[in-house]
Amino acid sequence: MGKIMTRMGSGFPVEMSESQLMEDLSAGTEDAADRGKIPPLSKEELKYLFDLFTSTDRFLSVETGKEIVLSYDAAPLKLMRTAVDVHRIQSLQIYEKLLGADTLELGHVDYSFKPVKPIVSTEQTVLEQSLLVTHPPLFYGAMPNLGLYSQPDGPFPNPSELMPLGKIAAARDAYEKAVEDAVKDIVYVSSAMYESGADGINMDTTGAAGDADFLAALRATEILKQKYPDVCIEVGMAGEFILGLHGELDYNGNRLAGMYVHDQVKMAEKAGVTIFGPVVNMKSTRSCPWNLSRAITFTKACCEVASIPIHVNMGMGVGGVPLTNHPPVDITSRASKAMVEICRLDGL
Amino acid sequence: MGDPLGMAISHAIASGMGGMRTAGDLVARMQMTRGMKIDDAKSYVADKLDVSVSDLTDPVIMTEVREDLEIGSLTPLPGCAKGIEAKLRLSEVLGIDINCIRRLKDKGLF
Repeated sequence: MGKIMTRMGSGFPVEMSESQLMEDLSAGTEDAADRGKIPPLSKEELKYLFDLFTSTDRFLSVETGKEIVLSYDAAPLKLMRTAVDVHRIQSLQIYEKLLGADTLELGHVDYSFKPVKPIVSTEQTVLEQSLLVTHPPLFYGAMPNLGLYSQPDGPFPNPSELMPLGKIAAARDAYEKAVEDAVKDIVYVSSAMYESGADGINMDTTGAAGDADFLAALRATEILKQKYPDVCIEVGMAGEFILGLHGELDYNGNRLAGMYVHDQVKMAEKAGVTIFGPVVNMKSTRSCPWNLSRAITFTKACCEVASIPIHVNMGMGVGGVPLTNHPPVDITSRASKAMVEICRLDGL
Repeated sequence: MGDPLGMAISHAIASGMGGMRTAGDLVARMQMTRGMKIDDAKSYVADKLDVSVSDLTDPVIMTEVREDLEIGSLTPLPGCAKGIEAKLRLSEVLGIDINCIRRLKDKGLF
C-alpha cells in the first residue's frame, strides 16, 4: 500500500506510511493508558483502527443494528453561528425534521446558567412553545461556567489573580463561594425549565473551570433529583481530566482533582445523573489516528464501568473529531463508527 | 461547535438511529425516562410497537407504524396527530410519563 491520507488533529490533511499509522495508533492508546491507569486497546482493536484509516472510502458507518441515540448540545446555536436567520423553535424543527435528531436541546446564546437566570421567564415561554410543535424529547441546556462568578464578571475575588500572589486560602474560599452561587443558579433555571415541561436538563461543558465547576454540577444534580425524581439530567464534560484549580474539593469523600472519565462517571452516578457525556480533547499537533486511538481508550474504560447510558461528546475538537469549525466527513464518520463499535456506546 | 453537515449530519448518517424518520426519538425517551442502556431501550420500544429491533431503524416500516399509531411523522398528513397531540399518544404507547403531557393533565385539560 502506498501513502495513507489522513489528517492532523487540526483537520489539515497529512500523508502517513503504514508503519507511521500503526505507530501513532499504538502511541495514542499508550498515552491514555499511562495517564488514566487503564488498559490500552488490544491488538485486535488496533488492527480494526488500522483498517479504518487505510480504507479509501470517503465515508464510513456502523454496521446495521449498531445505531445509537444522538443528543446535541446547544442545537439552535449551531445554526445561529452559520448566520442562517431562523428562530430557535424553527432551528429545533430543522433538527427534528431535516437532520435526523433523536433528541433536541434549547439553549440561550450565552449558554450559561447564570445569564439565563434574569431572563428565565422568556426562556420558559420559548420552551413551552417549542414543546407544542416538536416531537423528540427536548432538553434545556447550559453550562455551569464557574468563571462567570469571579471578578470582574462576578461577585467573588478572582482565584486566578489570588493564586500568583500566594493567597491560596483566599483563592480556594472564592471557588467555594462560587460553587454555592452556581448551584443556586443551576437549580433555579433547571427547576423553571422542568416545571415548564422540559424532558431533560443538560449541564454542558462541565468541569471547564476545574474541580469546583464539576462539584457545582454534581451538587445541583443531587438537589434537582430530590425535587424532581423523574427529571432526566445529562452531564457533558469539558475534558478527560478534572483540573485541580482548587485542588482539595471532594464529592462524597472522593477528591475531584485529577479524575479521568472512568472516575468522573462514578461521581455522576452517585449524584443521580441520568446520562453521562465523557469528553476527550483533541491535540491539534498530533494526528487523527493518534487522537482517536487515545480518545477511544479513555472512553472504553468509562463505558465499561458505567451503569448509566453514555453519550460521548464528539463535536468539534473532542472525541477524535478535528479541531476545526468545518470537520471533514472522512474523519467524523471514522471517529463515529470506531467510537460506537469499540466502546459499545449508548449514544453520542 | 462544528457546522451541521460536518457534525450533526455526518454523525446521523454514520451512527444515528434516524430520529423521527425511524424510532430514534422513542429509544431516546427510554434512555431519558428509565435510564436504559441502548440494547434494553431498543428492545423495550420494539416490544411496545410490536415490531422487531431491526425495524426500528427502517424508515419505510417506521413511517407506517408511526402513521398507524399517530405518534408523529416526518411528513404528516392533514388531520393526523402532530406535536403535543402526537406526544400524548406516544406517552400511552410507550407507557411512560412525558413531562409536558403531565403538565397539561395537571391543569385538568384532559
